[in-house]
Amino acid sequence: MAGKKLQIALYWGSACGGCDVAVLDTDEFILEVAALADIRLWPIAADGKYADVEAMADGELDLTLFNGAVRNSENEHIAKLLRRKSKLLVAFGSCAHMGGIPGLANQVTREEIFERAYLNNPSIEAGNVTIPSPRTRVNGRELVIPQLYRRVYKLDDVVPVDYYVPGCPPAPDQVKTVIQAIAAGALPQKGSVVGASERAVCDDCARIKKEKKVKRFFRPWEIRQDPELCLLEQGILCAGSVTRSGCGVRCPNSGMPCRGCYGPGPNVRDQGAKLLSAVASIVDSRDPEEIDRILDGIPDFMNYAYRFGLPASLLQRRFR
Amino acid sequence: MGFEPRIVGFLCNWCSYTGADLAGTSRVPYAPSIRVIRVMCSARVDPTFVLRCLSEGADGVLVCGCHPGDCHYSEGNYKALRRMALLKRLVRDFGIEEERVRLEWVSASEGKRFADVVDDMTRKIRELGPSKVRAALAADRAER
Repeated sequence: MAGKKLQIALYWGSACGGCDVAVLDTDEFILEVAALADIRLWPIAADGKYADVEAMADGELDLTLFNGAVRNSENEHIAKLLRRKSKLLVAFGSCAHMGGIPGLANQVTREEIFERAYLNNPSIEAGNVTIPSPRTRVNGRELVIPQLYRRVYKLDDVVPVDYYVPGCPPAPDQVKTVIQAIAAGALPQKGSVVGASERAVCDDCARIKKEKKVKRFFRPWEIRQDPELCLLEQGILCAGSVTRSGCGVRCPNSGMPCRGCYGPGPNVRDQGAKLLSAVASIVDSRDPEEIDRILDGIPDFMNYAYRFGLPASLLQRRFR
Repeated sequence: MGFEPRIVGFLCNWCSYTGADLAGTSRVPYAPSIRVIRVMCSARVDPTFVLRCLSEGADGVLVCGCHPGDCHYSEGNYKALRRMALLKRLVRDFGIEEERVRLEWVSASEGKRFADVVDDMTRKIRELGPSKVRAALAADRAER
């Protein structure tokens, strides 16, 4: 790639914008990116239209960093378009990697979402209900809006993905490392998780770990925390043992438990199942009734276990 | 009858598998719904195994271990007990009836009890009907 500037695109599917902010969070490095690369599409920060991408030759882009999940037909359409135009497609951030926070919507139906958003929302004024329709005629032209899918998908459910950069959002120094590695052509085997570690968050966490046995679980605000001791040992649900490191252990270092945004460690198929094992194993009881009482202290295990990856889990969604 | 449940059974090597073996050698009849996988201990059953069974369309998953106090590894069945308690909650949150996942203690001498457990679980799952998982995941794939 010597001499020629990298041709790159950044895109967001179903996302909050945090991943784009993480790219900007690289501070002055973003200027190096501009020197290193032509940004051909970046809806949140630069100009560039879908039509410009459509006009490109296949493979004309060296790299697309795709953040966000696939929630509707537009997300899928653009994912396929960018896949065709890009030599490398990177699932960037938890949503593209595993479905992310939007993936939690796989617990409700499309109809429930529609009713909540357009019919039963407390912020809707009486008599002022607007219902979007897939096709509308305006000034003699037909407008079509994308179709909301029945559930949320991760990026590699709809297109082949070359690399995964985990995180909600990816840590800025990791963003930098990944972009530099791509510019240097120093990339690992396709399909790898890059910009992260092969270890678990616990391995990198400096908190003291002793015997894990708890009689009660606490939400973080329910307990005066020992700042030195492992959070799980204090009864605070923490996903550090089942989560890939590389984030810099930023949450446990700030007194908040790991929520698992970097996804499962190497060779783990289902992050929630592993967290379940870890959490159940520290319950200090042999009595079924007491075990149930202790587990009642975890108000919503499913949403903790799959906070960033329900679509990537074995079961993927709620069934009815 | 029509629907014949498919149940995956994880049986511990020391008690429950021997118990199931006894049911066979004693010619105790029971429902042909179970596919048995022998594991060294009920604590070997990673929740991933159970979720994978359900995701591949199993109508039920039965985990059997030694009675409390009898574990060959002293504590394994208690670990399984704690894990299955939380797993049942998770399975319920996935919208899957928790009766589809079951933990039972079966000793090496309880051939009849093993047969009764399988019959009872088969009857309950027959009442629930087939698992919805595979059909729902296939419908999801078909929308795109």
